[in-house]
Amino acid sequence: METFELGVQETHELLASRKVSSEELTRAYLERIQKLDPQIKSYVTVSEELALEQARDADRRLKTGEGLTPLTGIPYAAKDSLSTRGLRTTCSSKILENYKPFYDCTAIRKLKSTGAVLLGKNNMDEFGMGSSTENSGFFTTRNPWNPDHVPGGSSGGSAAAVAAGLAPFTLGEDTGGSVRMPASFCGVTGLKTTYGRVSRYGLLPLVSSFDTIGPMARSAYDVALVLEAIAGHDPKDSTSRMEAIQPYSEILKKTENLRGLRIGIPKEYFVAGLDPEMDASLRAAIRQLESLGAHAVEVSLPHTQYAIPVYYLILFAEASSNLAKYDGVRFGLSERDGEGLLDVYLKTREAGFGAETKRRIMLGTFALSAGYYDAYYLKAQKVRTLIRQDFEKVFQACDALITPVAPTTAFRIGEKVTNPLDMYLSDVFVVAVNLAGIPALSVPCGFSNGLPIGMQIMGPHLSEEMLLRIGYVYQNQTDWHTKRPPCWND
Amino acid sequence: MKYEPVIGLEVHAELLTKSKMFCGCEVVDSITAQPNRTICPVCTGQPGSLPVLNRKAVELAVRVGLALGCEIHTESIFARKNYFYPDLPKGYQISQYDQPLATDGKIQIETEAGPKEVRIRRVHLEEDTGKLSHADGYSFIDYNRSGVPLLEIVTEPDMRSPEEVKAYATRLHAILRYLEVNSGDMEKGVIRFEANVSVRAAGSDQLNTRTEIKNLNSFRALTLGTEYEIKRQSEIYERGGTVEQETLGFNDATGKTYSQRGKESAHDYRYFPEPDLPPLVLEQSWIDTIRESLPELPEAKARRFIEKYELKPQEARLLTSEKALADYFEDVASKSKSPAKTVSSWIAGEFMRYLNDLSLDVTKIPFPAEDFARLIDMVTDKSLSGNSGKVVLGEMFRNGGKPEEIVKARNLAQVSDEGFIQEAIAKVLSDNPREVEQYLAGKETLLQWFMGQVARATKGKADPTVARELLVKLLEERRR
Repeated sequence: METFELGVQETHELLASRKVSSEELTRAYLERIQKLDPQIKSYVTVSEELALEQARDADRRLKTGEGLTPLTGIPYAAKDSLSTRGLRTTCSSKILENYKPFYDCTAIRKLKSTGAVLLGKNNMDEFGMGSSTENSGFFTTRNPWNPDHVPGGSSGGSAAAVAAGLAPFTLGEDTGGSVRMPASFCGVTGLKTTYGRVSRYGLLPLVSSFDTIGPMARSAYDVALVLEAIAGHDPKDSTSRMEAIQPYSEILKKTENLRGLRIGIPKEYFVAGLDPEMDASLRAAIRQLESLGAHAVEVSLPHTQYAIPVYYLILFAEASSNLAKYDGVRFGLSERDGEGLLDVYLKTREAGFGAETKRRIMLGTFALSAGYYDAYYLKAQKVRTLIRQDFEKVFQACDALITPVAPTTAFRIGEKVTNPLDMYLSDVFVVAVNLAGIPALSVPCGFSNGLPIGMQIMGPHLSEEMLLRIGYVYQNQTDWHTKRPPCWND
Repeated sequence: MKYEPVIGLEVHAELLTKSKMFCGCEVVDSITAQPNRTICPVCTGQPGSLPVLNRKAVELAVRVGLALGCEIHTESIFARKNYFYPDLPKGYQISQYDQPLATDGKIQIETEAGPKEVRIRRVHLEEDTGKLSHADGYSFIDYNRSGVPLLEIVTEPDMRSPEEVKAYATRLHAILRYLEVNSGDMEKGVIRFEANVSVRAAGSDQLNTRTEIKNLNSFRALTLGTEYEIKRQSEIYERGGTVEQETLGFNDATGKTYSQRGKESAHDYRYFPEPDLPPLVLEQSWIDTIRESLPELPEAKARRFIEKYELKPQEARLLTSEKALADYFEDVASKSKSPAKTVSSWIAGEFMRYLNDLSLDVTKIPFPAEDFARLIDMVTDKSLSGNSGKVVLGEMFRNGGKPEEIVKARNLAQVSDEGFIQEAIAKVLSDNPREVEQYLAGKETLLQWFMGQVARATKGKADPTVARELLVKLLEERRR
């Protein structure tokens, strides 16, 4: 068995027993990336030298055993919206093509301190605006299960890298399904964390009220190991949660069944039009959970139908403001051959932003304008409250919700890119979670035409521990998460 | 037709915090510090950086709100004010909009017609921008000032003349200094004014189109700018024209306002709640603690000075115009045996003159208050003449030193000894027989001239009361 085939936990055991060094492991990943990634295109930047340097540092720690953590010496990659000091951070946008931050994102800093080894940065839809990576300013990432299909988005590169064995885990970022949807499309396990559970400091924002950093890996257990390392209060992020984090992986090891767990099946998520194979896979998964002791009940989230318009309105508005700083004055692309200041702004943004980004900036600017604010932004915030209340109510009747992640499996490259509205609708099952700020886990639960199907497990605020328990016990009983794509043996 | 101006003021005051509003960067002197010395990812708007609110800035803002009699809101909201400019690194300014920290206060000002209240509409927190400069075809940006906490204090349109505007501005300036929330250094731009001006027929209660004058960075600019704008608008109406709603700049050199942008190009700031900061929630008990720590403010202090020390209202207002000056007065008064009124006239008169002449700050007086108190007492108990007292004070200002030593060294002690004075007078009279004759012939105004001669002959040491008595007596003796 090759080292790239191992999950985080197995790799840790290998490193801790000194059967392999972090440097050897890192070199193996770098070679595999070099060989396979030209087809998958999951990396925007591979930081070979930095990775080997970090690996050698980790090896020194592994040798002395001092400050050893389950992630010491383990390679990983991060979505390219997480600031990495001295290492290109592009958000897959031409406007940041050569931008090197002078500070680390808190999550990256925390992983650095555990001794994890950063292999590089993953492709995404530009600034997170998309569901397929087709809006990347550079290239489209391929689904490792079928290169004609998208990996999902916006954290498509991070999901594809894990699925193709190009990193044992990655950090994704979920604003409106951007971790869960690609995890489901690529057949990996991805956690959308509670808003504020992982610091946003250093994360290039799309929607400040929704953005969350979350791990993607090959099992719920590995996700738990990564979450332990990156979660927790950060004084640099005023929206980060104060509550202490839990020893997630320890709890999982002690979990054997789901006795007493009430799982809700929201009827609004199982509607006509859902792929029949997907419906069947989810029903089977629910039965599996019941066999583990859970009790399923049908529930209702009556405002679900408003989630998409509310989500996109707030997104447009906040994104238009968050992207204002890319003006060619201080960093990133700067077109200075025009007449004056206005030309710097116009030419830089014209050349630097892609079509979808421009569309969303214009829509958001409009929605926030005098005379329209109340009708759009304010109304959207009010409906957002109703959606949040839907979840509060439903979590009185059950502990967790089971739903599909996406209405279909990974669609074909080019299938939706010409119709933005169609693309927006593929987010129908994921965005309500971001509106409510709650966590949700995506775990593989079947296949349709050779493409993975994902199950979404939602829970109340800060219920990561429960979600991971459900995923862990489910994965102990099933082997969907252990299936590998055809490129695995390439 | 007679016109009446309607003026409202927006004041931006930098808060005296050690660090910036949303990051740990030190606040430095924006004039003298090397450009871009105190900057970080947050105050230069690096992608992914996030604001964390400075508790001290909130505390100082609450102090001001309380001192102005505002209602302090236990929940307020930060908002993004969106616009593009190179000195604004994020592309938006974090400010407060529809839910400010404090509302509905007032300031009492003195006008020719007596005291008047100016209503405060709102007091809110926001961050300062960077500073632009241009040279050799390049533009430079200094972000040292970016993110420095600013307090915006907005009045209702309650002022009716440039004098009232100035009275309001100086009073607010004094209050901010009293509260120790702002350095008061106008020349460093720590307080900046924007005036909203309209004019209407005197006595009307209609509100006409107003213009907004920006960049008024001194009391002088504020007065000149509003004066100019009132005149400009009045002349437009006089000609039968209409005033355009616009934003104006003020040129310090010409004393004129000029159009910056018209109504059609007015910014739409697209305010919305700042998602990176949760609502600002204050504990009532914290607000109460701040209220208890508020110092006595100029108005109350002036009232107390008038009652307790029997000062004239004008003197009381002058002495309370700055807290340090008022404190100095009370310090000297407490150390002096002379009546407080006497101390007050010394400070309001001679002392202030030296202070202004030497451009000295009242906190940097080169001699201890005790020495000044003893000097005043020497004049009060007549061991030193008033004139000599002024000379000694001047010497103390210039070279320091104890008043007693200066008096001794310069032989200035006042003499009430009749023998000594009489001798001097006799000499003056015998040296000036023509004047004596004229005096005796009825030109009694010459008495003052004789007093001057005596003062000269005694080098100012003669007690003037004694000298005058003796002079009259000796002159009368000659009549016989």
